[in-house]
Amino acid sequence: MLEIKGLEVKLEEEDKQILKGVDLSVEAGSVHAIMGPNGSGKSTMSYVLSGRDGYEVTGGSATLNGEDLLDLDPEERAAKGLFLAFQYPVEIPGVGNMTFLRTALNAQRKLRGEDEISSTEFLKLVRARAADLQIDAEMLKRPVNVGFSGGEKKRNEILQMAMLEPKMCILDETDSGLDVDAMKLVSDGVNALRDEGRAFLVITHYQRLLDHIRPDVVHIMSNGRIVKSGGPELALEVEKNGYSDILSEVA
Amino acid sequence: MGALAKPRADALEARLAALQLPEGGWAEPARRDALARLSATGLPQGRDEYWKYTRPDTLNAPEAPEAALFAGSETLIFSQRERLKITFVDGVFDPDQSDALELEGITIERLSEAANRDIHWAKDLYGVLEARGQDPVARPLAALNTAFAADGILIHVTGRPSKPVSLVYQHRGTRSDAILHHVVKVESGAEMTLLENGPAAARFNKVLEVDVADGGRFHHVRAQGRDHERRAATHIFARLGRESLFKSFTMTANGVLTRNECVIEFTGDDAVAHVAGASMGDGDFHHDDTVFITHDAVNCESRQVFKKVLRNGATGVFQGKILVKKDAQQTDGYQISQSLLLDEDSQFLAKPELEIYADDVACSHGSTSGAIDDDALYYLRSRGVPRREAQDMLTLSFLAEALAEIEDEDLAEEIRERLEAWLSRRRG
Repeated sequence: MLEIKGLEVKLEEEDKQILKGVDLSVEAGSVHAIMGPNGSGKSTMSYVLSGRDGYEVTGGSATLNGEDLLDLDPEERAAKGLFLAFQYPVEIPGVGNMTFLRTALNAQRKLRGEDEISSTEFLKLVRARAADLQIDAEMLKRPVNVGFSGGEKKRNEILQMAMLEPKMCILDETDSGLDVDAMKLVSDGVNALRDEGRAFLVITHYQRLLDHIRPDVVHIMSNGRIVKSGGPELALEVEKNGYSDILSEVA
Repeated sequence: MGALAKPRADALEARLAALQLPEGGWAEPARRDALARLSATGLPQGRDEYWKYTRPDTLNAPEAPEAALFAGSETLIFSQRERLKITFVDGVFDPDQSDALELEGITIERLSEAANRDIHWAKDLYGVLEARGQDPVARPLAALNTAFAADGILIHVTGRPSKPVSLVYQHRGTRSDAILHHVVKVESGAEMTLLENGPAAARFNKVLEVDVADGGRFHHVRAQGRDHERRAATHIFARLGRESLFKSFTMTANGVLTRNECVIEFTGDDAVAHVAGASMGDGDFHHDDTVFITHDAVNCESRQVFKKVLRNGATGVFQGKILVKKDAQQTDGYQISQSLLLDEDSQFLAKPELEIYADDVACSHGSTSGAIDDDALYYLRSRGVPRREAQDMLTLSFLAEALAEIEDEDLAEEIRERLEAWLSRRRG
């Protein structure tokens, strides 16, 4: 599904290398987790994969189902099935949540050469998906993320994911700012989307999210590289001993 | 005219030579008073404090500069709704395109007909609110209008008419020069909506005087038309009684020169006035909102919300003032003016002013100028919305606060659709 090979990235504006050769392969149907201390390059990787400005790829490649991602506009990557659940979802005053969802869904369909979704079909879909995430009609009507609590924003990200039905989902610290109940709700939303044709890359600081979203593979990222990979037990090791043990062991 | 400096006196003399003061009836003394006011101040000049950002010369010129007609063929705004329609073509009333001037709860007359009589309710307002609005800032083009307006509509609102009065302006002559003066009197407890749309003429000078009595409500929504080369100088003068409500919203898309002045005076306690505008300019576009709100009563609320989208070297101007007099306690005054600059060639010039003499007031103002937010753009694109479409969504989102000032949701939606269409035409 997602193949990253030797990916090297620096900041466009300054001479600062953030990713120093990342290798990662995520197969369809699997859940991979990336853990690592602050500043290790986890979020940068999610931004570079989704096409945010401000980064320069200086080496390596990233493909989605064999197609080069790095030359595509963000909207094209989305249409090909890539989705990033933001750590800090952006507030957009004046654009209703429903309008936003529908515009995004139809834009992706259009880019893929598919027909637009009808109003009734869309309403049916959004109501069902919103109900699963305990998002009420009032929240759907409000401007995108404006006045939403941290938990509401994250649930809204998962709603977008559920509506857009991407193939490759990247969750960037989706657990930050969530209380236990919200974490359960968000995780249930993610787990409901687990599917043979879909893969997840879950970026997190903490093991606790991985109690809810069980990963198949756990990677430890440090200083712009993946330094260790293993099964779910690796996350437990981090939880118990912190990063320093692992990092000194691989250093 | 002896007191005026020579360039000012010369400009005025040249302008007056091209005009004729309508005679007779109750309006004539008001017209002569207005001419005296104009003669005392002269026409606006570029060095006047409130004309620094907007060149008045084409508004002052004896003849209207040529303005090509707009060739678009889309359905005119407001045309699909229930309304009482009154049409002016190049400033001349067109009975064939107008409904009968009859509506329950309201009396409607044309200025040119009513002015010939000796007695009329409008006598107490025509030029009166305009004259009050000349102090402390002179508004010579409004005085000129009162003196020379050939026609206009006089509306006396005594009830709650079932539909809005809709003034439709059409521009047919490439050098047409229209001067219209409307007066609205909203009686205690009465309520009306006034719609205006269209470009009116190659050059348009319009005054709207609105007197809202205690508990009266006045709603105003106007669209200034897509004609690009037309020039317009408009004034609203409103006087608000106790517990009255005044709401005015203006959409401007295109127009080589627009100067919209709005002068509001609170004379009764507990009243509300909101004035808002959304303008979008592309290229050779100059749009100026000049607002002056005087709080001279207790516990009144005023809001000014002006948003401008500027691209390809367009210019936006905002001059907004809140004056709170000594006894106007518990005043709530809010003012925001913002521009969204879609490129580096466009500019926004803003002069917010607060002058407060009461000690128990809450007044705030803000003015910003910015580009499309990169984070928001990336967010939308990451969801599959193409760049241009995402920019348009964010542009509409920028305008949303101004649109929210329109109380009627259907009208707000109609305005929003027009703004959206304007954007999508430029998407290419």
